Formats: sequence, structure tokens, C-alpha cells
Amino acid sequence: MAVLVRVLGDIDLVEEAVQDAFAAAVQRWPTDGIPPSPAGWIITTARNRAIDRLRRESRRDAKHAQAALLHEAGAPREEGPVRDDRLRLIFTCCHPALAPAAQVALTLRLLGGLTTPEIARAFLVPEATTAQRIVRAKGKIRDARIPYRIPYDADLPERLRAVLAVVYLIFNEGYAASSGDRLVREDLCAEAIRLGRLLAELMPDEPEVLGLLALMLLTQSRRAARTSATGELVVLSDQDRALWDRELVAEGQEIVRRCLRRNQPGPYQIQAAINAVHSDGPPTDWWQILQLYDQLMAVAPSPVVALNRAVAVAEVDGPEAALAIVDGLDLDRSYVFHSVRADLLRRLGRAAEAATAYDEALARTANAAEIAFLRGRRDELG
Amino acid sequence: MKQYLLSIYQPDGDPPPPEVLDPIMRDLAKLNDEMRAAGAWVFAVGLHEASTATTLRSRDGEVLVTDGPYAEGKEHLGGFTIVAAEDLDAALAWGRKLAEVLSPLAVEVRPIQGLSQGEG
Repeated sequence: MAVLVRVLGDIDLVEEAVQDAFAAAVQRWPTDGIPPSPAGWIITTARNRAIDRLRRESRRDAKHAQAALLHEAGAPREEGPVRDDRLRLIFTCCHPALAPAAQVALTLRLLGGLTTPEIARAFLVPEATTAQRIVRAKGKIRDARIPYRIPYDADLPERLRAVLAVVYLIFNEGYAASSGDRLVREDLCAEAIRLGRLLAELMPDEPEVLGLLALMLLTQSRRAARTSATGELVVLSDQDRALWDRELVAEGQEIVRRCLRRNQPGPYQIQAAINAVHSDGPPTDWWQILQLYDQLMAVAPSPVVALNRAVAVAEVDGPEAALAIVDGLDLDRSYVFHSVRADLLRRLGRAAEAATAYDEALARTANAAEIAFLRGRRDELG
Repeated sequence: MKQYLLSIYQPDGDPPPPEVLDPIMRDLAKLNDEMRAAGAWVFAVGLHEASTATTLRSRDGEVLVTDGPYAEGKEHLGGFTIVAAEDLDAALAWGRKLAEVLSPLAVEVRPIQGLSQGEG
């Protein structure tokens, strides 16, 4: 599809043409047999259908010119160019001139293959809103001529960051599951990992691409252990390690080792490395985790990173040192902030303050698993 | 080639004093030269302030004349540049330079209809 989008420059036209081609395949392949190159057959057929459509639907000169251009474009090849075209399409879908919500919807629609209703359900947005977002984004790509191109070297780091952010956002939306249809949301994690694998295949020399893939694999490996049979959130230290997906752990750790050998650290690689350490043991090597958080604070400082670092500080230097860090953070709106604070106060024997902090955390989440976990902890205070 | 409108939005009121404005205008002239040298420059203008605008609207065969700009607000169109560019990335690259020269003013980039098919 990406091949045709580049040639035709009109995503709607291509979608229709590809649908036509598949419909033709369903009719003809059972009787004529499957062609030697099915993908090539679909591309060629879709291209011809697009030409027919352009001729049929419009008499405008411009459209005729477009149809003529197609005839000259020659038969598209399958291997190298198809891979490059998919990469071009990723960069187009994640173009910074499109709103983040539109980038996500477009990526899932054109590269993930989710339908518009599926995307709407996954993000708890009305279907009409999602459909409109996609239509508008496609219209902007066409009218403002957002290019189908791998960005120039000078722009590549920034543009790649945008692509990785979209993929990670899709993953987190599936993983955090703040509410909504559970199955569809798990699909989002699978989609994000599939996109991560695609990126790693297309850009094998970008360490942050590998870092993001490893981070998602290692996070996903703990999915089954993350909630109890009664649907309660289980924190990392209490998880049943037998429930971890060993294959995902092994694959994620192998990628992290590859990144370490390359020695070009970035935020995703460091987060993946932290998760790789968590996947080792027991006991957990908190000193190493703290080192990695120090490194993460150096390249990508944020209050959330500082909060996570404080959890490691509590293990290495004790809860008092960690609480001093946490109290200096401006994260009042985050339930995790209050939950971490509550836990530190509990460990320091300040039960009344801990109970208040658990209440603050409870007031800031709607996720059933998190609520059950926080209530349980608060009730244990006695 | 496609053409893009780069609109410059500036706050109403007096312009900055000469010691601030002069270097900006020099940089702007330099940028216009750069656009011309690259073959991207199509047209550029600066406008008088929004209070000098007159707005017209025809309803039921009658044209209503209003003193002032169409949209009420604290910022108005202060000028614009039209550039010819291969695609949005190229247009945004010019827009970025314009925004840097005119910081902190906002620059809006919009594609102009037509001139897109067959020529690119």
C-alpha cells in the first residue's frame, strides 16, 4: 500500500484501489490460481484500478495528468522499495505537523491495520471523532503536501523521536488500561510491539529503536503477573516470577546487551536496561538500577524519572532519603506520586500520614486494579 | 512546486522601539534575500496595524461596512510571505527561519490551492 501511496499521493484513492484489487483477487484466484507474486499482483491490479478510477471519476486535466504519470511510473518492485516505502509511510503518519492524536490514529490505521471502530474503542473516543481525525489528517497530508520521505539526516533524530513517541504511546495506552474494553487494549500492546519490530527491522542501526523494542518486550513479559486473580494490581517486588513470559524476557535482555555493546545510550535504552535488571535476580540489584536512573536523569530529566529514581534510592539509601527527594517533586496530580509517598511513610512508621497519602492516591485513579491495591495497602496500616 | 502562505501574527499596539526593531528588519531583509537566491520567494508584504482595517460583508444584497479587523482579538495578521516549496517540510523550513527572525511572533504556514498537480 505504501508503494502506491507514494506513487499516487492520495491515501483515500489507494485504499479504495487496494480494496478493489483484493475483491478482484477473491474472484479470480480460486479459478485462475494464485499468481507467482501475490503482492506484486495486488499492487499492479490496484494501480490499474486507481488509474480507472481517476479517469472515471474526474474529467479534470489534473487528474488526467495524474493518470498519465502512473502509466509512466513502471511496475513497482517488491523487495527493497516496499520496505523503504513502509518506512516513508511511518514518517508521514508521525509527521509533527499532524496532531499527536491524529498521528496515533493514522499509524494504527495505515501501518497497524486496525479499523477505525477498533481505534475508537481502544482510545475510548467516539467513532465519528476518530473517523474525522483520520479524514482530516489524510486531507492535510494531501493538500499541504506532507512528503512521503525518510527525513534528511539533519532532521532524522527529531523525527525519529516523534515516531518512537507514537509507538510508545500506543503501547502505554494498552498497558496502563485506565479503563475500557480490556481485550482491545491488550491488542494495542501487541500492535505497538509489532510496530516496534517493524521499525527495528527497517532501521537496525538506530539504537533507540532497539531500546524501545526491548523496553516494550520486557514490560510486556510481566503482564500476566501484574494483576492478581482477583484483579488487584501486583507491584513488581510481589510478582510471581513464574508467570513472567521467559521468551520475551530473553529477547528483551538480548537486545539490551546488544545496545550496551553499541554504547550509544538514550532514554529508551536506559529504561530497557532498568527493566532488564528487574528481570534478573532475585535479589534485585538496586544499586545498578540507581546507577541507571542517575544516567536517565542526566539525558532525560523529568519529575516522573526523579520519582522512579527515588524508589531505587529508598532501596539503596533508605526511605528517609527517598522521602526527601519525593517531597521536593511537583507531581501532586499523579496517583503514583502519592502511592510512592504513602509507601515511604508506611516504612518510616508514620502510619497516619501514610493513610492520608493513600487516600490522596485513591482520589486520583479510576483503574479498578490500582484502587484495589491502594485500599489493601491502606487497610494494612490498621 | 507548491506555494505556501506564511502568515505573521503580531500583538496590537505600538511596534517595538527602533533599537529592537531595526536588527529584526535587517534579519528579515536578509531572509528575503536568502529566499530569492533559493528561488523560493514569491511575494512578501508587511501590513499597517489592524486598527486601519475595514471589514466588508454582504448579506441579503446589502454590504455592511465595519471599522476594524474581522476577528476581534489581541493579535492580528501583521504581514505575510508567499514561498514556493517542494513540500510541507521545505515550507516549514522557511517558516522556521521566519519565526526565528521574528521571535516570539507566531508564523502560520498554509498551503495555497492549485499549482500542485503536474508541476511537481
